[in-house]
Amino acid sequence: MNKFWTIASHTFLTKAKSKTFIITTAITLAMILLVGNIQSIINAFSDNGKDKVAVIDQSQSYYPMLKDSMAKNDDIELVPFKESIEKAKEAVKDDKYDALLELRTNEAKLPAATFYANNIASSSIQEHLQEKIQEIKTAIATNQAGLDQETVQKIYAPVEFDKVALDKSAKTEEELNQARGIVYIMLFILYMAVMLYGQIIATDVATEKSSRVMEIIISSVSPITHMFAKISGIAALGLSQIILIVLAGYAMVTMKKSELVGGVFEFFGIQHASVKIFIYAIVFFLLGFLLYATLAAMLGSLVSRVEEAGQMVMPMTLLIVAAFMIAMFGIGMPDSKFVTVCSFIPFFSPMVMFLRIGMLDVAFWQVAVSLVILIVTIVVMAIIGAKVYRGGVLMYGRSNAWKGIRKAIQLTKNE
Amino acid sequence: MTLYLKDVTKRFGKTTAVDHLSLEIPEKEMFGFLGGNGAGKTTTFRMILGLLDITEGEITWDGESIGYSKSHLIGYLPEERGLYPKLKVSEQLVYLGKLHGMTRRQVLQDLSYWLDRFKVPEYKDKKVEELSKGNQQKIQFISAVIHKPKLLILDEPFSGLDPVNVELLKEAVVDLKESGTSIVFSSHRMEHVEELCEHLCILQKGKQVVQGSLREIKQAYGKKNVVIHADFPLAFLQQHAGVVQYKQLMDGCALKIDREEVAKHIYSELAGKGFVRKFELEEPSLNDIFIEKVGASYE
Repeated sequence: MNKFWTIASHTFLTKAKSKTFIITTAITLAMILLVGNIQSIINAFSDNGKDKVAVIDQSQSYYPMLKDSMAKNDDIELVPFKESIEKAKEAVKDDKYDALLELRTNEAKLPAATFYANNIASSSIQEHLQEKIQEIKTAIATNQAGLDQETVQKIYAPVEFDKVALDKSAKTEEELNQARGIVYIMLFILYMAVMLYGQIIATDVATEKSSRVMEIIISSVSPITHMFAKISGIAALGLSQIILIVLAGYAMVTMKKSELVGGVFEFFGIQHASVKIFIYAIVFFLLGFLLYATLAAMLGSLVSRVEEAGQMVMPMTLLIVAAFMIAMFGIGMPDSKFVTVCSFIPFFSPMVMFLRIGMLDVAFWQVAVSLVILIVTIVVMAIIGAKVYRGGVLMYGRSNAWKGIRKAIQLTKNE
Repeated sequence: MTLYLKDVTKRFGKTTAVDHLSLEIPEKEMFGFLGGNGAGKTTTFRMILGLLDITEGEITWDGESIGYSKSHLIGYLPEERGLYPKLKVSEQLVYLGKLHGMTRRQVLQDLSYWLDRFKVPEYKDKKVEELSKGNQQKIQFISAVIHKPKLLILDEPFSGLDPVNVELLKEAVVDLKESGTSIVFSSHRMEHVEELCEHLCILQKGKQVVQGSLREIKQAYGKKNVVIHADFPLAFLQQHAGVVQYKQLMDGCALKIDREEVAKHIYSELAGKGFVRKFELEEPSLNDIFIEKVGASYE
């Protein structure tokens, strides 16, 4: 056990002290800070004043209506322009105004408009104005048709559409939204963790092997201990990075709560999620990571040179991508047969079963069976992995995954 | 704490790397492993260390098989040298030392001693990749002995070192032996084995061709060398009974004879023929034995 900790902490510390780790963590944190403050940053860069839009009203009646409906908008200031349209265009060109809006009445006696600006790439002003003019048009058109405002509002009001699950234990709409958020987050984190740290594990093993320090290490500690210590060290590294990022994200969200209300945060519905689902998330995350990490370590032990490690983890990458795709598809239709079957297949189950737990009311025995299959697979993988690892670390030469595994196991066999 | 190998065989698929090897390596001795390339030396070491399973036979040390519970008593210098290239020498040794059950402080203390002994104290805080190959090898050697093992396995310890460093390392190895460590080492360099080992074995394609103490081996080999410097022609000795090989030298000849008796006959025959400046009966060198035992199969 002592050696286990020595290796795990050595792995953790050398990686945590490495420039790559510090830099990537710093960049990720900076990104979170950036994204969290994106609104303030955009505001800081846009010229503080409002966008001034000159308005020439040919109809003589639409301008006040537009002015009224734009009253709440702080970003756009409408200024009536009394001179000719040519002069107005000149003024825009000279940057006296940001844009020019010409309002007129068309043949159908409805409002129409032309928007002039030095360039029409920046769409937010146009969209705003278009939207408001659309409202005015709707009001006038319905008025002409003899409809009163109340009727119009009735027409445009969203239809009442309630969803009721008859199964008492099925999730309510609200619960589903909350679950979906956690499922998304867990899937992404597991996916990222496997891709990133799986690669790190494989590379690390390959590095020790190619620098030939492995032979000394495994002469003093068993390859199995070494493999799991390595996995634990890197898992600890990964978890601390993830926790750091999640904390930063959480702090950001809490600080900016007012800005984000109704936004991403609510969509992911983390505030109200149940404890149970968090526990399942952690259990499936850890088991899933362990399974993939064992695979990564095993594959890493088969290469002779570090450069080959990336190529060798291909099977692992394919599996996790497949699992991720199935899970993404499954969020849309969690009760399909295919998803149900996949939720028992070991390399997919950490993602797919968790998604089913989140989205559906899955019988506990199903979860238990899936977990047992997963754990058994991990144990089997660990046994095979340790065998391959033991032979693999002594094996040099050109590598090929399947041949390598066969050869490595043969190397440890007693005939 | 004698190390026994009993009928040890290792097969990889159809190839037999080690074939019924039986050895007894006494405690506090230095045991030499000789053999051409691919003779099975490294495979044997890996089996002793438990890195490879034994196909048939048994290896015991102090009556028990060697497992990881004993790894703190064993030091190993593999043939393929390897250290963490990015780590500092001190960090490296602290890590490896801890894996052998040492504490950080012990390692640092002993490390200073060894670095001083090898005249490279300034390398303590350097990264391994910055050191020359020979110096990396010294560090590697330190990593194999820093935990004061009872059994030390050195696979080609002197290859790639300059003569001065070979002497430094040899002295260290001898000191370790004096202080009670059993040492098994392999080498291509006969003179090292001849100088250091009491017992040795020569492996060839996995089979042991010669085994025993140096003196026994030489005696059993029987053949000896005679060097004669004389003022008269010696070519007639080629026909002398018992002379296996004749080599003309500038001022005499070198003979290989199949037993000591022959030397006596030659000596009495030379008497009266003229002035003999030198008549010397030499023990066969290990090199001769090796070349004959191993080289024969190349021909």
